Amino acid sequence: MAQKIIIDPVTRIEGHLKIEAEVDGGKVIEARSSGSLFRGIELILQGRDPRDAQHFVMRICGVCPISHATASAMALDSAFGLEVPDNGRIIRNLIYGANFIHSHLLHFYALAALDYVDVVRAGLAVPPFMPRYEVAGEYRLPDALNKAAAEQYVQALDMRKKAHEMLAIWGGRAPHPQAIVPGGVTEIVDAQKVIEYAYRLKELRSFVENVYVPTVQKVAELYSDYLEVGVGCKNMLAYGGFPQSAADPQGADGFFKRGAYIQGKDVVMSPNLITEEVKYSWYNDDTGGSKHPDESVITPNPQKPGAYSWLKAPRYDGHPMEVGPLARMWVGKNQAVRSLGDKAFSVMGRHFARAVECLELTKIMEQWLLQLQPGKPVCVPHIIPKEADGIGLTEGPRGALGHWIKIEKGLTSKYNAVVPTTWNAAPKDDKGQRGPIEEALVGTTVKDPKNPIELVRIVRAFDPCLGCAIHLMTPDKKVLSEYRIN
Amino acid sequence: MALSRRDFLKLCAGGAASISMSGFLAPFLKEAAAAGNPPVIWLAGAACTGCSVSLLNTVHPDIKEVLLNVISLRYHSTVMGGAGDLAMEAMKKTAEENNGDFFLVVEGAVPLKDGGIYCTVGETHDGQPITFANLVQEIGQKAYAVLNVGTCSAYGGVPAAAPNPTGCVPVSEVLQGKPIINIPGCPAHPDWIVGTIAHVLLYKSLPELDKFGRPTMFYGGIVHDNCPRRQYFDNGIFAQNFSDPGCLLEIGCRGPYAHCDATYRQWNHGMNSCIRCGGPCIGCTEPGFPDGPVYERLPEFSFGPQTKVSADTVGIALGALTVAGIGGHLIGNVASGRIPGKHEEKEGDN
Repeated sequence: MAQKIIIDPVTRIEGHLKIEAEVDGGKVIEARSSGSLFRGIELILQGRDPRDAQHFVMRICGVCPISHATASAMALDSAFGLEVPDNGRIIRNLIYGANFIHSHLLHFYALAALDYVDVVRAGLAVPPFMPRYEVAGEYRLPDALNKAAAEQYVQALDMRKKAHEMLAIWGGRAPHPQAIVPGGVTEIVDAQKVIEYAYRLKELRSFVENVYVPTVQKVAELYSDYLEVGVGCKNMLAYGGFPQSAADPQGADGFFKRGAYIQGKDVVMSPNLITEEVKYSWYNDDTGGSKHPDESVITPNPQKPGAYSWLKAPRYDGHPMEVGPLARMWVGKNQAVRSLGDKAFSVMGRHFARAVECLELTKIMEQWLLQLQPGKPVCVPHIIPKEADGIGLTEGPRGALGHWIKIEKGLTSKYNAVVPTTWNAAPKDDKGQRGPIEEALVGTTVKDPKNPIELVRIVRAFDPCLGCAIHLMTPDKKVLSEYRIN
Repeated sequence: MALSRRDFLKLCAGGAASISMSGFLAPFLKEAAAAGNPPVIWLAGAACTGCSVSLLNTVHPDIKEVLLNVISLRYHSTVMGGAGDLAMEAMKKTAEENNGDFFLVVEGAVPLKDGGIYCTVGETHDGQPITFANLVQEIGQKAYAVLNVGTCSAYGGVPAAAPNPTGCVPVSEVLQGKPIINIPGCPAHPDWIVGTIAHVLLYKSLPELDKFGRPTMFYGGIVHDNCPRRQYFDNGIFAQNFSDPGCLLEIGCRGPYAHCDATYRQWNHGMNSCIRCGGPCIGCTEPGFPDGPVYERLPEFSFGPQTKVSADTVGIALGALTVAGIGGHLIGNVASGRIPGKHEEKEGDN
């Protein structure tokens, strides 16, 4: 008979997540992913000055506030009709890049590593590292590597702190910086900041290149079975990000490329093909199923039979899609990641793609830094329009992120954010197709249902951020998503 | 104890040479923790994890030192080894075995609307979700003291902003009869968190608090008094657009009433500060945060070079804004005049 495993809370992720898995004959036959916090931040934005948006949306998530600040600033740039000057664009990229490095290092070392590193042998058998799941033979790192990885855990905490220092050089502080505004940034360029940033970037690049990437590779060799575990939906989606010229303000063809990969084929990505479905979400089905975001109407119903999540199920052309570093590297045809073939769609494939992306980013950030021009403007002035629509599509550390704003009478009348973890941790859709994390869990062999380490390894490889995913649900307003995505 | 309380307070209030909590403190903390690091349970509710991330940025002592030699962190969902029931059991066991002796740190506001279903952590034995509100009450009753890290747990903060969709309240509204220290900020500065813990450990007493429950050693002064752009204000040079040189008053700065020492302490190892980078202060350490439009000049607030605002007068009404909250009824929820109709009422005020 099938046995149910419930992991609540899933720790070492951002936010509140619950996982339920049905296991039969040692294998997961069904899985459900559901979120358990909701704040309604978009509702709070209604009726406020549009420029307040970035301060509120940053506080959706303290791990990657820059993603939301950037998407929001881009949405305002487009609504206000602003062209960000070169310095402003580059500084935004440098702030964003620093946040990526912080986030990726935090994810691999502080969040994921304890699933692999044996803290007992490393002499760290103390809280908060203990207690942990105990499964014989599952902490496989040989002593020398295990010891090195434990030391790297501490070193990485220091490195990510330096990434935050880089962020603060241009942003003012981290997390929740002040400098990202419509039209550009508030912080100006001078040589001292460039040097302070360059010095730290060099150190971080060295850590990523010589420590982070090789360690991920070694762990992947020791856990080569995890190149086949956690496959997921094998459909990849990326909006593109890190603009490199004024002609491409949101970076659709930036350092990250826009595109999709569906059922084995690369396709051009069109934002019009996004729908949101609610059959298994705590919302009434009063719209009758699959809807484009500008048509979907949600009425919360926590008692709805069969529903199990506050997340809706976003779909692209009817398909569940994975977003994040693996999707970006795959869609962008990164050679190292594509050379893994189908093994890229796995727990270790995701860790590897994240590390590869982190290294590529540190390299290009060095170039961006040298493009800054002291004395040139970082921002253009703005006038708040009476009526306007704005859209900001970018890539956060965890994947494709879109913000939409509608301005009426000079105030925000609607705000909507469709975030990476909503794609990845989505429940089933109207056709019964599982979300990417759920799909990745099904078929997994669980050695010990009381210590389901296999399942948390799969979930954590996606780097879920539930703070982001469930910010948008609203209990007492019918309509939040009223935007045409184009 | 070689470090007197007086010296310690001076060290903290002075921003420790303008940068960070002094490395000088570490040996004393070790001494204080010699009897065994005090257990800490860290719960996150309607939060963004930003204050936890901010704590990771602590410089002296660094986070490794804090975790291994200052406190014994028994539950923190973002860093701990275990998950699910294993994690929940570790939390409950810590509370029972150290009844009256552990610290409860709360990050995030407490949603109360609809029975608190908007934030749940774990499940009961019969499969019912445990609301965050109940968890805070259950664990909080057993704690020695409660530290509200960040503006959300201290005053409600962003999730409690009008129209407060989930009925978020500060911890003080659901937990009475326990000493509570508020360490507001969005995020809280790591020095404020570590320094407050250090004070309690070193002197076995709570630091002096202002009427909003904040340690005066960190929140005793206002931003305006130590502003790096103060000279512009005195000379009447005001920025009109982002990135302009000048005082930021005209583009919304809350420096004249915000109690915060980050202008001279600075953020991220002395790298920068909100105002220095050209961003107006948003008043994130105040009970009213987030209040009116970020980039609009404070209404009906006249300034002179001698402007003085103390913690005891900060509760004043700022034009259309209402800054609420005292004692057990702190409300972090201020409606601006621009939010129409019923939203002007304070949520959850009793």
